[in-house]
Amino acid sequence: MMPRSATTRVLGWLALLALLVGLGLAFGYAPRESIQGNVQRIMYVHVPAVLTAYLAFVLVLVGSIGYLASARAGWDRLAAGAAELGVLFTGITIASGSIWGKPTWGTWWTWDARLTSTAILFLVYVGYLLLRAMVDEPERRGRFAAVVGIVGAANIPIVHFSVKWWRALHQPSTILGPEPSPIAAPIAAALAANWAAFTLLFVYLLVRRIEIARLEEAAFLGGARAR
Amino acid sequence: MPAYARRVGIVLWKDLLVERRSKESLNALLFFGLLLLFLFQFSLGPDRARLESALPGLLWLGFVLAGLLGLGRSFLAERENDCSEGLLLTPGDKSAIYLGKLAANICVMGVVEIVILALFGLFFDVDLARGLPGLAVILPLGTVGLAAVGTLFAAVTAQVRARELLFPVLLLPIQVPVLLATVSATQVALAGQPLADAGPWLQLLAGADIVYLVIGLLTFEFVLEG
Repeated sequence: MMPRSATTRVLGWLALLALLVGLGLAFGYAPRESIQGNVQRIMYVHVPAVLTAYLAFVLVLVGSIGYLASARAGWDRLAAGAAELGVLFTGITIASGSIWGKPTWGTWWTWDARLTSTAILFLVYVGYLLLRAMVDEPERRGRFAAVVGIVGAANIPIVHFSVKWWRALHQPSTILGPEPSPIAAPIAAALAANWAAFTLLFVYLLVRRIEIARLEEAAFLGGARAR
Repeated sequence: MPAYARRVGIVLWKDLLVERRSKESLNALLFFGLLLLFLFQFSLGPDRARLESALPGLLWLGFVLAGLLGLGRSFLAERENDCSEGLLLTPGDKSAIYLGKLAANICVMGVVEIVILALFGLFFDVDLARGLPGLAVILPLGTVGLAAVGTLFAAVTAQVRARELLFPVLLLPIQVPVLLATVSATQVALAGQPLADAGPWLQLLAGADIVYLVIGLLTFEFVLEG
């Protein structure tokens, strides 16, 4: 028990350190963008947040399939923790994008393809969390949530295409696209550092969340037995 | 395989028979469709041009809203009458129950949609005739997409607190692509353009239908047990 929580603590400090380094790079090292000015620095939060959210939703799918295949509670806790953090980081993505959009595009919100599909993603997983909140018994909750988690994940590519054809305004992704990235090296470095920091933070929070879920379930089952 | 098909058929037959005798869903849904028509008319005003341009969206909004009410009840008859166990005792692969329920839902939804469509044509004075061949393709594709996820989620929410609230909250975000595709394709069809103009949308719908059906078939047994 002790070594595990010690590792977690180290992970937490590492995440904090990485976030500070990332902040330093984003404000001190990366140059001021020539056209957008300082507003562009929001990207150092926006892009790492959305990449972390994607990672989280992949883990929801993995945890959901794992739980249905093995009926081991650990998979369900992974899916549940990842879903909560996915919603959190998607929320950060939308909020930071909105703050950037106001001075740059002149509007807080627009029904562009990517904005819309990110918002839908957010809604799908908020629904997933609401469902979890409505079922007390861990085993049933895990099964139901896993089914919704799988449908939600399989729906992501369908949403992506439908919304893309519906309209497009957002700039195409520069780092995940097929061509070599046109980003200046210092900016790319600051971005990578922040991405790493966000991922560390995510892993730390996920480990903590899973641990809490384990204790909650033990308490629930213990309470049920006492009754 | 014949045994599987027969089980699907039995669940379908049972649900349709219950529906024919009680008319529980159908009557209320048809009335609900008529009410929606009034609501749309009141909220948009009498301007015909505006109504006509909003028609494809309103039509599918009506189908989705009726679907939320109808599909959400898929598993309540068994629950209210305490015979869920009877359903669970179906031998063999549990996905046969899913397919039977889905087929029954598609039948009921189909009737409701056709009536709503006719009412829209009548009351909004729209010429539906030239759009009918296109709608004959779009309507089934959209209904399968809506009902495939709806039936699966109805089985989940039937066993959960606050199910009336949870069902739409879960289903609506998932149905966004189906709504976008059907509304866009209906727009093309009602404008009298050839259906090929909506080709990508129909392909997307068909693809989505297959994905939803496969997931429903694979995961349904996990929703039922216990």
